Formats: sequence, C-alpha cells, structure tokens
Amino acid sequence: FEEQFLESPEDLEKLRNEDGVLMFQQVPMVEIDGMKLAQTRAILNYIAAKYNLYGTDIKERALIDMYSEGIADLYEMILRLPLFPPDEQDAKMTQIREKTTNRYFPAFEKVLKSHGQHYLVGNRLSKADIHLVELIYQVEEIDPSLMANFPLLKALKTRISNLPPVKKFLQPGSQRKPPIDAKAVKAAREIFKI
Amino acid sequence: MAGKPKLHYFNARGRMESIRWLLAAAGVEFEEQFLASPEDLEKLRNEDGSLMFQQVPMVEIDGMKLAQTRAILNYIAAKYNLYGKDIKERALIDMYSEGMADLNEMILHLPLCPPDQKDAKMTQIREKTTNRYFPAFEKVLKSHGQHYLVGNRLSRADIHLVELIYYIEEIDPSLMANFPLLKALKTRISNLPPVKKFLQPGSQRKPPIDAKALEEARKIFKF
Repeated sequence: FEEQFLESPEDLEKLRNEDGVLMFQQVPMVEIDGMKLAQTRAILNYIAAKYNLYGTDIKERALIDMYSEGIADLYEMILRLPLFPPDEQDAKMTQIREKTTNRYFPAFEKVLKSHGQHYLVGNRLSKADIHLVELIYQVEEIDPSLMANFPLLKALKTRISNLPPVKKFLQPGSQRKPPIDAKAVKAAREIFKI
Repeated sequence: MAGKPKLHYFNARGRMESIRWLLAAAGVEFEEQFLASPEDLEKLRNEDGSLMFQQVPMVEIDGMKLAQTRAILNYIAAKYNLYGKDIKERALIDMYSEGMADLNEMILHLPLCPPDQKDAKMTQIREKTTNRYFPAFEKVLKSHGQHYLVGNRLSRADIHLVELIYYIEEIDPSLMANFPLLKALKTRISNLPPVKKFLQPGSQRKPPIDAKALEEARKIFKF
C-alpha cells in the first residue's frame, strides 16, 4: 500500500476542500478499489472481508466483531494516552494496566483456552488475531510485565509474528510506525486542532 | 428452535436503542431483561460466560451471548438482509453508519454533561449536525436520487439515520430546515409497517432519559 502523509493543517484543508474525498472531513481515509473510504471500521471491515480474514459465516463474524470491538476499546485508551496532560498520565496508565489485566486479556486468554486452537475464531486466521497481536505489542511497549499471566496470548503473538507477511512488517524499514513522540503529538495537535 | 432475542440493558435508550430500532425495523420480536440495580449488573457479571467484557449491551441471540454494540448490530443486519448485497455496498453502509454513530455518541453523552458544559456541548452537536453529518447524507441521497442510502434498497444505514433524525428533532427541529431529502427519508422509513408499529406508544422504543433514570444508570454503572 502507498501512503500520503498530512504534515500540516494546510494538507488537511486541501484534502477537505477536494469534493467527495473526505465524507466527514476526517482521516483515516483509504482509496481502495475505486472508493474513497473513510471511518476506520468501514475500512477494516472491507479489507477483512476482501482478504478472507472475516470468518466463514455470520456467526463467526459476530465473534470476530465482538473480540475486535473489545480490542478497540482497550486500544482507544492507549491511543489517547499521549494526549493527556502530565498530571493525569499516571491515573490513565493505571486504568490501562487494570483493564488489560482484569478485563481484556483474561477474556482473550479464556477464548484460546476454551478451544485450544491456534486462532481466536474458526481455527483459522482472522482480523481478530491480527488486531490482538498488534495490541499485545502496544501493551508490551507500555509494560511487558502485563503479559505475565497470559501464556496463550504470548504463544499467539509468537505464532502470528512468524507468519511471513507479519514477520516482514515487524522488521525495520517497513511501513509500521513507531510510538508517537512529543514532536509528533505537537504536529498532530496543530493539524487536527486538538 | 431458537427463541426470541433477549436484550440485557437498563430501561433506557443508551447504547441499546439502536439495536432495538434495527430489530424492530427487521420485524423481529424481542424480549428485554432490565438491569434495575447495581446488584443486577453484578449478578450478570458473575455468570460465567455471560458478559465477555463485563459490559452491556448484551444480546442473547441464536445461541450466542453477544456483547459489543457493533457486533450485535452487524449480526442483526447481516441476518436480516439489511447489510447490502456485496462488500462494496457494505463498505458504504459501514462508512455512513460510523458517521452516524459519531454524532449519536455526542447526543448520548449530552445528559451526562455537567450543567456548565451543556451549552457548549449543544452548540457542538448543532454545528456538527448542520455542517458535517447531515450535509453528507443529504448529498448521498441527492447524488443518486434513490429512496434509500445504499443500493436502492433498505439497509441498516437508513434505519440508523432515521433514528438519529428523530433525536435531532427532539433536540432542535429547526436543524432539519435545510435537509429536504433527509426529511423525505424519515417519512418514508417511518411509514414502513414494522417501523410505524415501533413508533407507536406502547412499543419497546424508549423515551429520552429523565433525571431519575440517569441517577439509576449512574448507580448501576458507577459513573
């Protein structure tokens, strides 16, 4: 995939002024198969369905959606963390730790334990596995000790990381982005006026 | 054979209302189990396997205990053919539905706003409705001149939008002034027999939250 980076408020304005490009004047936006798709979930669902990462029937899709939405809720907390003022960071970190250890990771460890299979749903790779492994990498960046009681999640992470396309993406020089730094937070604040 | 879907939530709109609308529009009868106290939520949380993330909404449907609003809505939409006919139509439906969910989220949080922030929140809702969301959907309808948002047939996107229009009108009817096609969509969808039925008094549609229900919700969900 190609990437067009917005580097200034003017870049975003330009995109907003192009008729029909940003449906709600927001990014992410992905041009794919003749569409200009906005809204993260719309984009993810399309990609998952197109590349057979969305289960084999609507019941599998329901499980994949339920798991993915739980993952998204925890991910949202991590995403917002850099935007909080310094005096609120500790409280927010505590909340993330607590939710990871008491709510989200136990739920997914339990799923893997319940069927003993290598993937979360339907004994084959789906978006849920990819989202969860991405989340695990993020949680480990915050605090590796949070993985302590989740052996099946650790094993999933290893397995998924070894899939050739994922392995390639995990290597330096790929399009994977590093954690946001103070400079990038400032740029984001300017561009998105937050 | 599977019984009726059973909805677990408290007796208010909250995050369950869009699910009620969709089931109703699909002509599906459903039961409701209301959480009326913190103990009710605790009881459900302690039932192994009932609430995957200890949260509601949760809907028992077709042998599953489904949590997460979007997972539930996606399942209902797919099961009852309200999700378009292919992945490209689904992409449009998802994009539109997500935009609606963003505006709906602002409306959802409005009652929870401290009094000194309410005016600012209302202004934000008005602004986003008039300048971002409603123009986008009016433009979609104008672009193809059809009776439904996607694929010339009813989908969840139409149901979610009409539900949203009702909420906007509750807040400020004048916000509909410049959106004739949205008004026409609202009329058309409201006249579909299952929707018409749901709009009548005595249905499972919930009223706007009042101070008492809000207090109850705060106690149950501890916020």
